[in-house]
Parts: sequence; structure tokens; C-alpha cells
Amino acid sequence: MSTKLVPTPAQTVGPFYGYALPYEKDNELLAPGSPGSIRLQGTVYDGSGQAVVDAILEIWQPDAEGRIVQKTGSLVRDGYTFTGWGRGAVGNSGVYTFTTVNPGPTTPGAAAFISVAIFARGLTNRLFTRIYLPEDTEALANDPLLTSLEPERRKTLIARRDSDGGLTFDIRLQGEGETVFLDFQ
Amino acid sequence: MPEDINAELESEELVPPAEPKAAHLPLDRAIETQADLSAEINAIGDAYVRALKDGAPAETQPRLDYPPYRSSILRHPTKSLHHTDPETIELYSPAFGHQDVHALESDLTIQHNGEPQGERIIVAGKVLDGNGRPVAGQLVEIWQANASGRYIHKRDQHPAPIDPNFTGIGRCITGPDGSYRFTTIKPGAYPWKNHLNAWRPAHIHFSLFGTEFTQRIITQMYFPGDQLFPLDPIYQTIVDQDARDRLVANYDHSLTEPEWALGYNWDIVLTGPKRTWTENEALGADSDEE
Repeated sequence: MSTKLVPTPAQTVGPFYGYALPYEKDNELLAPGSPGSIRLQGTVYDGSGQAVVDAILEIWQPDAEGRIVQKTGSLVRDGYTFTGWGRGAVGNSGVYTFTTVNPGPTTPGAAAFISVAIFARGLTNRLFTRIYLPEDTEALANDPLLTSLEPERRKTLIARRDSDGGLTFDIRLQGEGETVFLDFQ
Repeated sequence: MPEDINAELESEELVPPAEPKAAHLPLDRAIETQADLSAEINAIGDAYVRALKDGAPAETQPRLDYPPYRSSILRHPTKSLHHTDPETIELYSPAFGHQDVHALESDLTIQHNGEPQGERIIVAGKVLDGNGRPVAGQLVEIWQANASGRYIHKRDQHPAPIDPNFTGIGRCITGPDGSYRFTTIKPGAYPWKNHLNAWRPAHIHFSLFGTEFTQRIITQMYFPGDQLFPLDPIYQTIVDQDARDRLVANYDHSLTEPEWALGYNWDIVLTGPKRTWTENEALGADSDEE
């Protein structure tokens, strides 16, 4: 039972996932317009500053109270259950959109964040990152990941608050302002 | 019409060469020959083998930066991935259950009114974590081209026939022992526009979740003995032969069903979990409670 096995290598999601991975309401963690719902959106950019039009993102987050829910029903949404997980392909303009809630801190005083996995043609393995909320500056200042980063790079993990209450979080795969991507091994 | 194929071209044509080595490349990369590409692939492979002999560690995952796969040039992060310990949400995985996936979704040959064309196959195996423990009650998704190498995708305009009885999408939830099983059609090889006369080896895309979000992986399963392996820049993004071999299924006569379908076995290993593992997860007991 304690055998150490070498993980299977990853491969690109390719360009043709479009008829397979997306599904109805995949990016709606709760119905748009529900109380407490916000829009999370952003653009994925490549190293030449062009929007990547064939990326697909997954988010995984606690609910507004910071609870890590473990409920089924992400693939067949019932409209009531918050499962914490969503999948969103970018549209023709390169923008991804989710309807979700602001994640709560999982422990009091901790910085709240949304965990993200990014897939795209040309990306040979998924990339992980985090989307932090901009408001709780004290929690951000004490966050173990953020404090381990140079200030310039730290900024790439903190979303902007939009005037409609939503969040904008752009992802730069390469170059100036390159997003911090995470390795957990 | 072939938007996606154009997407390959569009994104590459305007690309300034990423490395001095590439400076001589013509603007339309599609006129590069397989010989050009194979020379690049082989040079990287040879350098890796030399490095191994000099004591470098084996590389078990694909290189994010692999110039022969042209689409990676502007899409690989240039800074190394930032090591961090997974926290809170990252130590758990989203839950999927049988309400999410219908039992019939694991048979890709019965989704329409007639029999798909091609060679019917069974693909089965286990999903394990890096400690050898079964990943139970988790979602496995697959997608693939049909027997003639054509995807049911608007952007795939490869002039091979569409099969009205085959879409090429399957899902299942792993059993208590981490097992999955699909009935499908052997996909064909298909051309793409990385370079002139570029063909992908036949493959099935696999999407997998572990017991933690950090174990999330998308990969491709290949078939044994494919002549296209050494020519394919995507397969070759994995520079280590042992690691590449982990993507190739084994023909398994014990899975083959008489007068019905050939069987292939392919086990998938995710990374080891960081969170303390509990018996409930091993049994998948929580997966359908809500």
C-alpha cells in the first residue's frame, strides 16, 4: 500500500476538447442573479499579448462562509446546490466567465482564494494558480504563499474588484506580468 | 472553415522566433518538413540522454517549453513554477457521483441509433495515486477522434468522414478499486498543421481527478506499436522514454471479448496526496451522499 509510483505524464488538452469537456451551466457555480452571486471573469494571454482563444479553466473554491463543500452535482446542476467547482472555456474574445460567490476564509483570518487549473492547446501540462480577493489586506500580508513572492509577482495573484461587485483576474502565460503558477510536489 | 487549424497557423505565423536556433525558420511554419522537425526532436532527445548519463534526474513530465511543438512557444511560462504547500481547498477534490454521470456514458458505441464504423475496443484500467492507493469514486472523462481520425468538432475540417453514429465522448466514475472501463472505437491518426505532413498518433484524451485538486491531470492514451511516435512533437514533449511508455496502453487479451471487441489495459497514476487519507475515500463512500 505504500509503494511509490511514478505519476503518469500529462499531455495537452489540445484544440478539440470543445465538444467534450464543456457542458451546460459548467461555469455557473450558482445561477446568475442569485443572491450573493458575482461574476468572475478574465482573459488568458500568451507571450505576445494575444488572447488565448482555446483555453479552458477550472475553479474550485470554498463557499461564502469558507466551508469546503463536498457535494456532487457539478455536472448536472440542480440550480440549488453549491458544489464549489466549475469549468469554463474562453469564448472567441478570449474571455472566461464564471458565476460564483466570493470565497470565505477557510480559517478565521486566513486569506480567501479560489484555486484554478488552466488548460490550453500548446500547454503541455495544466497550470495551477490562485485567485485572491483584493480586500482583506491584512490577511493578504500574512498569507504564506504571497509573502514568499516578490511584490511584483505577488500582484499577479490578486484579483481586481469590478464596479458591479465582480472580480477580474487575467492570466498571463508568459512574459511581462507572467502569472505565478504553482508546483505542489 | 478550419478555424482551429487556422488557429494553429495564425498563432504561429506571427510568432517571432523564440530562440536564436529558430531564426532561419520560414514565416509559414507549415512548410517545414517532417525531416526538419525530426532533427529538432532528435537533438533535444539526444541532449536529454547525454544529460541523464551525466547524472541529471529523469524527467517524468512533459516539458512546458518544447519548441518542436510550435504552439508551446508563446504559451510556456518562462519562470519556474513556484513551489508551495497545498492549503485548504487545494487539499480536497470536487465530488462527483452517479447523479453526475449516467452508467451508459461509458459506452461510446451506443450513443446513437446505429453502430459506429471501425474497430470496437475496450479500454480499462485503474486510477491510482502516487502511493499506489486506488482513486475511488472520481470522474474520468475521455474524448477522441472517430475511426477515420475525425473529431466531431466544427473546427476539425480534416477531409475524413464524420461518423453519424460516433461522437467520441465518454464518462465514468471510478469503482472502489479505482477501476474504469470504456467501450469505444479505435481512433484513427489524423493530420495537423504543426508542420508539413504532421500526423498525430492515434490517441484517446483522458481527464482525471484525484482526492485532491493538486492531482488534477489531463493526458492522452496511445496504442502500442504506433509508427508515428518518434515523429510526433506532442508525444515527444515527454523526453524520457520510460515516461513516454507510461502513456502507451497494453494490448490485453483477457479484456478482449470473443467476437466483439479487442481489449487494452492502461493504468493511470496521479501524484501522491498531501492530505491524510481516510478509509471513506478509499471506498468512495462519500461520493453519492448528497
